[in-house]
Amino acid sequence: MTALHRREVVCQLLRERGDLIVVAGLGSPAYDLAACGNHPLDFPMWGAMGGAAMVGLGLALAQPQRKVMVLTGDGEMLMGLGSLATIAVQRPPNLRIVVLDNERFGETGQQESHTAHGVDLAALAQGCGFPKTRIVREASKVNLLREDIYTSNQLLFAVVKVSPEELPRVLPPRDGAYLTQRMREALLGERSAD
Amino acid sequence: MATVTGGLIFVLTLVTILVRPYRIPEAVAAAVGGMLMVLVGIVPLSEIMNEPNVAHWADEIHALLKAHDIKIISFVPDGGHKRLIELCQNDATLQTVTLTTEEEGIALAAGAFLGGTRAALLMQSSGVGNCINLLSLPRVCNMPFLTLVTMRGEWGEFNPWQVPMGQSTSHVLEASGVIVYRVDDAGKVAPTVQAAIQIAFSSRQRVAVLLSQKLIGAKNFARGDK
Repeated sequence: MTALHRREVVCQLLRERGDLIVVAGLGSPAYDLAACGNHPLDFPMWGAMGGAAMVGLGLALAQPQRKVMVLTGDGEMLMGLGSLATIAVQRPPNLRIVVLDNERFGETGQQESHTAHGVDLAALAQGCGFPKTRIVREASKVNLLREDIYTSNQLLFAVVKVSPEELPRVLPPRDGAYLTQRMREALLGERSAD
Repeated sequence: MATVTGGLIFVLTLVTILVRPYRIPEAVAAAVGGMLMVLVGIVPLSEIMNEPNVAHWADEIHALLKAHDIKIISFVPDGGHKRLIELCQNDATLQTVTLTTEEEGIALAAGAFLGGTRAALLMQSSGVGNCINLLSLPRVCNMPFLTLVTMRGEWGEFNPWQVPMGQSTSHVLEASGVIVYRVDDAGKVAPTVQAAIQIAFSSRQRVAVLLSQKLIGAKNFARGDK
């Protein structure tokens, strides 16, 4: 079995994304998102570790007609485990959380994370009550995940096991006020200045 | 208000001392004391009777949240917020979100704002400590953020473990770039929350309203307070 490459997976998930909203957790997921393009409906984070999934929940509740995907890493998700319980109780059908799990804290020197030692994020999400969870380990299954992201009407939590490779950083915009206003303009038009 | 409280304490103490030899229960003594206060005109009858015409401050906050189109109310429960939480939960026009830790509410409000919806976070002062890093999110993104904080660890606190965080709450918030308004008096709750909503959402600021323990009442675990 060949290990999955994170950027290939992310670019495949984002192909013909339409009006999918994407929140990316700090570090590699934000760089992966930037490597696949730079879209007004992208919200790459540079901090607030542990908060990506909850930003996704806020967006999913505020924009119930759109699909919202949170793309984050195992380290960032581990810091916000409680939010899995909070989100499962709310159960927004338009939210997808995709964890790119390389079993490492990649940004800080590739230290092993808890998932390298048996912690199963998908099982935790299932235990919290997520109606649908997936673990993707092979390239042939990425398309199934893609289908879920765009067509499913259920809250979804997916773990994609990826290779712990170190890739060149592709930096998304860092100005939070700009990223915020850019997304609000795309979603709200004239109301964005309110 | 201070005069009324002072007068009440004076009369109650006096009555308690006077009735002690007759072994009259304290509740009876308190009732007699209250009636005396009404008779001598120190306290209006409505104050003793839990005046039905004046709205409870929690009801006023609930009305203000609705009037300003705040749709998502998240919280880690606190006894001081019990009434407001129940009002929000029983209101079909509001979405309530129970959190596992207060910082989740900051990220939730940020996402809601990105999507064009206003949110507010209710918490106890000890929760402020859980929020520090996440407070960078609305600050760096120039987003509004509104939190209503019920205070512990200050006015007559029974539990020593509450005191350190209660004493540092306003400092921590201010150091994190949050504008802090404080309310001690039920009559000032509505105008203060109104001002906080205005500056948070019209001027895109991070704002906390501290609802003091004097306002809420210190609970006594030994007495079985909830």
